[in-house]
Amino acid sequence: MSIRVNFTVNGSAESVDGVWEGESLLYVLRERMGLPGSKNACEQGECGSCTVYLDGIPVCACLVAAGQVEGRSVRTVEGLADGDRLDPVQEAFLECGAVQCGFCTPGLIVACHDLLARNPAPGDAEIREALAGNLCRCTGYEKILDAVRLAAARRAPRP
Amino acid sequence: MTTSKATTSANTFGGIGGNLPRPDGTLKVRGEFAYSSDLWLEDMLWGATLRSPHVRARILGIDLTEAIAMPGVHAVLTHDDVPGEKHYGLDRRDQPVLAVDQVRYQGEAVAIVAADHPETARRAAKAIKVSYEPLPPVVDPAWALDPASPPIHPGGNVVRRQPVRTGVFLDGPGAPPADVVVVGEYEVGMQDQAFLGPESGLAVPAEDGGVDLYIATQWLHVDRDQLAPCLGLPPELVRLTLAGVGGAFGAREDLSMQVHACMLALRTGRPVKIVYDRQESFFGHVHRHPARMRYEHGADADGRLVYVKAEILLDGGAYCSSSLAVVGNAASLGAGPYEVPNIHIDAYGVYTNNPPCGAMRGFGAVQACFGYESQMDRLAAACGLSPVEIRIRNAVSEGSRIATGQLVDTPAPLAEMLAELAAMPMPDLPAERPGPDLRDLPGGVSQTTRGEGVRHGVGYAVGLKNICYSEGFDDYSTARVRVELLGGKPHVLVHTAAAEVGQGLVTVLAQIARTELGVANVTVAPADTRVGSAGSSSASRQSYMTGGAVRAACAAVRDRLAAHGPAESLTEILALTGPIEETREYRHRPTFPMDPFTGQGDSHTQLALCVHRAVVAVDVELGLVKTVELAAVQDVGRILNPIALEGQIHGASAQGLGLALMEEIQMEGGRVLNPSFTDYLIPTILDMPPMRLSILEHPDPHAPYGLRGAGEPATLSSTPAIVAAVRNATGLELPRVPIRPEHIALT
Repeated sequence: MSIRVNFTVNGSAESVDGVWEGESLLYVLRERMGLPGSKNACEQGECGSCTVYLDGIPVCACLVAAGQVEGRSVRTVEGLADGDRLDPVQEAFLECGAVQCGFCTPGLIVACHDLLARNPAPGDAEIREALAGNLCRCTGYEKILDAVRLAAARRAPRP
Repeated sequence: MTTSKATTSANTFGGIGGNLPRPDGTLKVRGEFAYSSDLWLEDMLWGATLRSPHVRARILGIDLTEAIAMPGVHAVLTHDDVPGEKHYGLDRRDQPVLAVDQVRYQGEAVAIVAADHPETARRAAKAIKVSYEPLPPVVDPAWALDPASPPIHPGGNVVRRQPVRTGVFLDGPGAPPADVVVVGEYEVGMQDQAFLGPESGLAVPAEDGGVDLYIATQWLHVDRDQLAPCLGLPPELVRLTLAGVGGAFGAREDLSMQVHACMLALRTGRPVKIVYDRQESFFGHVHRHPARMRYEHGADADGRLVYVKAEILLDGGAYCSSSLAVVGNAASLGAGPYEVPNIHIDAYGVYTNNPPCGAMRGFGAVQACFGYESQMDRLAAACGLSPVEIRIRNAVSEGSRIATGQLVDTPAPLAEMLAELAAMPMPDLPAERPGPDLRDLPGGVSQTTRGEGVRHGVGYAVGLKNICYSEGFDDYSTARVRVELLGGKPHVLVHTAAAEVGQGLVTVLAQIARTELGVANVTVAPADTRVGSAGSSSASRQSYMTGGAVRAACAAVRDRLAAHGPAESLTEILALTGPIEETREYRHRPTFPMDPFTGQGDSHTQLALCVHRAVVAVDVELGLVKTVELAAVQDVGRILNPIALEGQIHGASAQGLGLALMEEIQMEGGRVLNPSFTDYLIPTILDMPPMRLSILEHPDPHAPYGLRGAGEPATLSSTPAIVAAVRNATGLELPRVPIRPEHIALT
């Protein structure tokens, strides 16, 4: 038994056939749509590495059943850059050394993008609270804080 | 905040010493970097693994009928289907590819499935019927030491016993007279590496009967050395390419799904991808050895160490993995970076029916460090000295000897590091700020206190780690460097098999090539087995070893260029010669085995030091701890890339914090109780404090550029520093890590 799911991904209307009803949005993005940027670190909503926007709200794609996105809009890490022009959050992660293995990076970048859209000048306590759902095992988070501060100092991200 | 006494001058073309960005960074921030779990081929199948629910059991029979009959299932394999050797392993080939006649730990792989959808594969694995006869397990490592315990492998349960004897202890166990004696028993729980990128890879059958494996690992060649015999193939038909690695920390030293994916691909003739989920990942790799330790320190009235006695028992679990080397580290580094005239250490590694334990960042040195540093604080208190002063009085320096009798023949500025650490400014204490921000207090956003019941504490610790492989291991790395004109401009291609696991090695190797050849345009080729072994991305060794190999290969290229005379430009020479390529192997100074009775011997090639200061706030009513700040001083010999280096020290410190306060695989009768990120807690950004670093550069003349391996040392000292701070805040003994709330609030 399989279903068809119609939804918008990074601005493009898509229709995906052959989806087994138990599949998550994360699986459909990664394995059926060639969008593996959202990561599969825990697949139980604990690590934030699969964070995507669903109708503008950050969610863990692993916790969203594929059928739930019917008719809705999804924006993934692959949809943040404007062609070759990186989003300021992406640039800041690169410049500050906030990327090591990088497996947490896509989810953190979406979460930071959302934070700065809501709060263009967050203090450290606000940054920590906003990113508390995103695990990173490599950096100890220091360079991630640097990156958020830098991105905020430059400008708020594009809407 | 970092202060660095960097002597390396800034450069404009991207050589060593500069903050070069990662070459893979843009792909990683765009979500376009291909990790091993991202790989995809049109007709690929998915693999799944059936694992033992029992801690120890005899296998009476396996019925595959129902699984094979499921639509979409292409293969169901057991030990009968392993084409070659049935066992593999790093130190001993004692681990079955698939369980043969018994299982020795919960989670041991028993059968594998390939199907056209991962859920189908999982359901088919569940449909396999295995008949077990449970056996009484050995789960207490102290019982495993007893020769009467049921042997888990032929030859008994003691994997390695390594004594160390110096001074009067060469004549017997009687301790020399000492004015002050302190005794402590300590325990370290089982920590998990908890990399974020799960075990995964894609095996593709080849027309020549071989297999190509795209895999996240730490050492391609040692994977191949174990894979080829199990597959019954000559090594040249087993080709490995490094796929994107989502962190490692030791957990990718051992094989996980490598043989399984290749077996399924060869059997089905289709590409097979295996990706563990998080629960399976907890069962799919080795962990840090839990330790039980008894330490006795004797000192004179001035706090100068007279002797150290220690027993260190490491639980290796069901298979050997790298236990032999872990025991060697615990023994040789077990007295710490102190001058001690008389040492009596016995380190043991044992088999049990607990999950297998092997490599994790710090590798045997972490456990011992918690023991000896806890002791130094006890000794300081007994002698009426500060924690910093007792350490300075006993600190090693160049010219000292460590427990193995090995001369410290390169800079070891421990006293200077401690003095610098102690002089660093102290942070504000959150509960003493007027109108404290509740987010800065223990319990944080849960708002469990407004400052009442909160006590502050400060703790110090030092750590001693060996760099590179030890005890006579033939440790080398290989690099191929090719210089040619591309589009009329000189270009350098660096090809090694060294695993980039996140640490930034690809950045550093390109920096080295630029420095050595003066060519800005450098590409680091994907790591694979078409070039010689680079050794493991372990033991803080890759900048040293593969960095050394790249430098040597560049020097060989330079020699060939020099034959053309200095007048000609590189472009002119290359236009005449065509591409110039050189391959070189690099070895560090040889090391030697430890004497089996005294532990004496020059078993390490390089030693590294790190020191930490921790400031904590503790809610003594609820047992909650908030680390307010971590400060560290580390000597790295020479800084190759400041920002990447700081990231290593930050990350290592974070893993040490995790061991101190939250991370433990909890066991009950050999069963894992918490195989998920819901229940196995790693530090979040709320748990990590701001970190203050000072990085020193005292070059090691034996190492490339004078560098000292830097990835691990901070993992050692952050744990005991945090625990010391919590002890300072609470007055409790806290002999075990991780500290749990009930250790503080209910004692």
